Amino acid sequence: MLSRVAERIYWQARYLERTENTARLLDVFSNLLMDLPRGTKLGWHTLVEITGTHKQFDATGRQPVERNVMKFLLNEDNGMSIINMLAAARENARTTREIMPTEAFEQINELYYYARDNLGKGISRGPRHELFEEIITSCQQLTGLMAGTMSHNDAYSFVRLGRNLERADMTTRIVDVGSGNLLAMNPSTGQTDDPFSNILWMNILRSISAYQMYRQHVKDRINAEDVVIFLIQDDEFPRAVGHCILQLSNVIDDLPNHGKALDQIGKAYRMIKRANIEKLLNDGLFQFIDDLQVEIAEIHQVISKTWFLPR
Amino acid sequence: MRVNWKTYDSGKFYDEIIVSPGKARPAARPLANYLKSLKHDELLEKKIAAELAIKTMGISFTIYSDAGNIDREWPFDIIPRIIAEKEWNQTSKGLQQRLRALNCFIHDIYNDQKVFKDKVVPKELILNSGNFRKQCLGIKPRYDVWAHICGTDLIRDSDGLFYVLEDNLRVPSGVSYMLENRRVTKRVFPELFENYNILPVSEYPNQLFDTLAAISPRTSEYPEVVVLTPGIYNSAYFEHSFLAQRMGAELVEGGDLVVEKDKVFMRTIDGLAQVDVIYRRIDDLFLDPQVFNKDSVLGVPGLFKSWVKGNVALANAPGAGVADDKVIYTYVPQLIKYYLGEDAILPNVPSYLCIDKVQCQHVLENLDKLVVKPANESGGYGMLMGPQASKKELEEFARKIKANPRNYMAQPLISLSTVPILGDRVVEPRHVDLRPFVLQADKSSVTAGGLTRVAMVKGSYIVNSSQGGGSKDTWIVGEE
Repeated sequence: MLSRVAERIYWQARYLERTENTARLLDVFSNLLMDLPRGTKLGWHTLVEITGTHKQFDATGRQPVERNVMKFLLNEDNGMSIINMLAAARENARTTREIMPTEAFEQINELYYYARDNLGKGISRGPRHELFEEIITSCQQLTGLMAGTMSHNDAYSFVRLGRNLERADMTTRIVDVGSGNLLAMNPSTGQTDDPFSNILWMNILRSISAYQMYRQHVKDRINAEDVVIFLIQDDEFPRAVGHCILQLSNVIDDLPNHGKALDQIGKAYRMIKRANIEKLLNDGLFQFIDDLQVEIAEIHQVISKTWFLPR
Repeated sequence: MRVNWKTYDSGKFYDEIIVSPGKARPAARPLANYLKSLKHDELLEKKIAAELAIKTMGISFTIYSDAGNIDREWPFDIIPRIIAEKEWNQTSKGLQQRLRALNCFIHDIYNDQKVFKDKVVPKELILNSGNFRKQCLGIKPRYDVWAHICGTDLIRDSDGLFYVLEDNLRVPSGVSYMLENRRVTKRVFPELFENYNILPVSEYPNQLFDTLAAISPRTSEYPEVVVLTPGIYNSAYFEHSFLAQRMGAELVEGGDLVVEKDKVFMRTIDGLAQVDVIYRRIDDLFLDPQVFNKDSVLGVPGLFKSWVKGNVALANAPGAGVADDKVIYTYVPQLIKYYLGEDAILPNVPSYLCIDKVQCQHVLENLDKLVVKPANESGGYGMLMGPQASKKELEEFARKIKANPRNYMAQPLISLSTVPILGDRVVEPRHVDLRPFVLQADKSSVTAGGLTRVAMVKGSYIVNSSQGGGSKDTWIVGEE
């Protein structure tokens, strides 16, 4: 298949996955609000930091309060707003229509129109959950539709590459949320208040539909260490970083000239598996996540160099 | 309000559905009765369902405007146009005959030039044509066919006969909309398909693929066919990607192709892969910066030479446009006689050539009654509609014609037939034309019907989608 088409398909999958994950992320925040005692301050600014848009947001000079941040990430004109991501996914789908199943394009198109007409509602809390649920469900349907109607050929391989890489990236960001800077620290202990910390981790698990699988897998009460191990190192849960990276290596096996990409994926996977989470939780998790994100970004670079750049 | 055919009046024009107040043409009778049976709400629902289908199917086209390029949803009217199969068969023969003659003509121009020696067409007329490519002299494409895909514009005059308005031999577009219109109609009026024997149109992508595969230089292997598009901002991009998808061909941009040792390759995830046939949707002048427009970034350096050497096939061949010049058009009936020894099955619209002194005088004296067209423009640009033009426009056009008579031809304002459209309240007549698509390589074929374009504004003749025209599904119906 054409390099240019492979690249567009890959990005279409990434933008769709990112849309779904952003919807999940915003949904956790909103849920968390309701579980916390009144007066507890959530750092809304963290949201723009996680999505990497804090510089853009700060430049607007607006206060990082719920309404402003939600508006910014839902339907304003910046690279990480849901509406812009869906527009990008739709444009990539429109320009690969000769390859993608017709129904997939039609559904992305419909999702875009739905978002365009309804995202404004998400600024107020009432209809917010329903909005996110609709977006998440549509994205999931698309994943299923492609799996069920597309030949599992090179084009589909690039869908899976984009999806899993984006998912791995987002899960690292979500773990970042949990690792502390969301809730105000207790000034006397320098720690986040424990009961709230557990509520936070529970919500985080829920945000990526991991709560149930976590309970089956871990069989212990929710605690930071087990959750982080599960989300970073697990090979079986589809949104765990370890699983996503493992998927990448499976997919890449079928593509031509995959040597360098496989090396980089192996490097990232070893880093994940060798991490001592217990130790990192006491000191250095931020740094570890940062380093892991660099390795994930490097996988993208190698993919791009191998298959997208014309020789 | 329900549809009432008794109050429907197309005036002096030939209406394709209603022959006289309250009376439908035989082939259109089930349709007319069905529409009459629908309540107002039901009709409206059908209309909305069609709009929704078009939106979700993402059937769009692009308009170039000052405010940037806008992707618009395809304008579509739900009432189909109906043509009897018997009449169509004759038209279809006429279209194939015409393309056969045009291909003989193009091949002759670039090779033996007998047509000049026999004084059928003046040599200067061709050599001065903006679409003549001297680089193509001496080239012999497979089957001697230069124009593999032709979109011929037909109109029906008040006498009820089809006339050829123009031939499009360069990169005619619209066939994807013909196919999508049918898909929408099937969603909207599934009931109607029970009462009719409607010829399917969906064979076209296969026929197109067969036509392209037939001209592949490498006959031993499965040919690699690609569609070459100027890119995602082109107004016909939807069609390019649609046809590539339906043919299972790669859709490529200039940057995806590279020429090495006079062979054309595309850049794939597995390195370079050789291309055999290019269905190019880029104008001649942008194909290859080494030969034509030096600034073109849409084309592929070295492509022309690969074609000359016979290592890749181009459809349509460069230079084929020389025969769709609106001045050359006037010679087509003679060309059919000259090359095929047959009388033209389909008549031309009477035309006046400004390059002829006597005819030019007639044009200048009757400018306010005529339609004047520049020889090389398409899409309805640069035309003068005499009866609707202001005095200033008429004077300006007279100056243009005198300055460059070769570039203009004129035709009387022929009356276009009408078909009912569903207006906000009731059915109203609107003018239509028809663009069937003709294919030719080792064999030839014609679409069953074609793209019916509608002037959505009351009384207007402007059917081009770039200027506010709409479209309709076209049914060729057989007798039971």
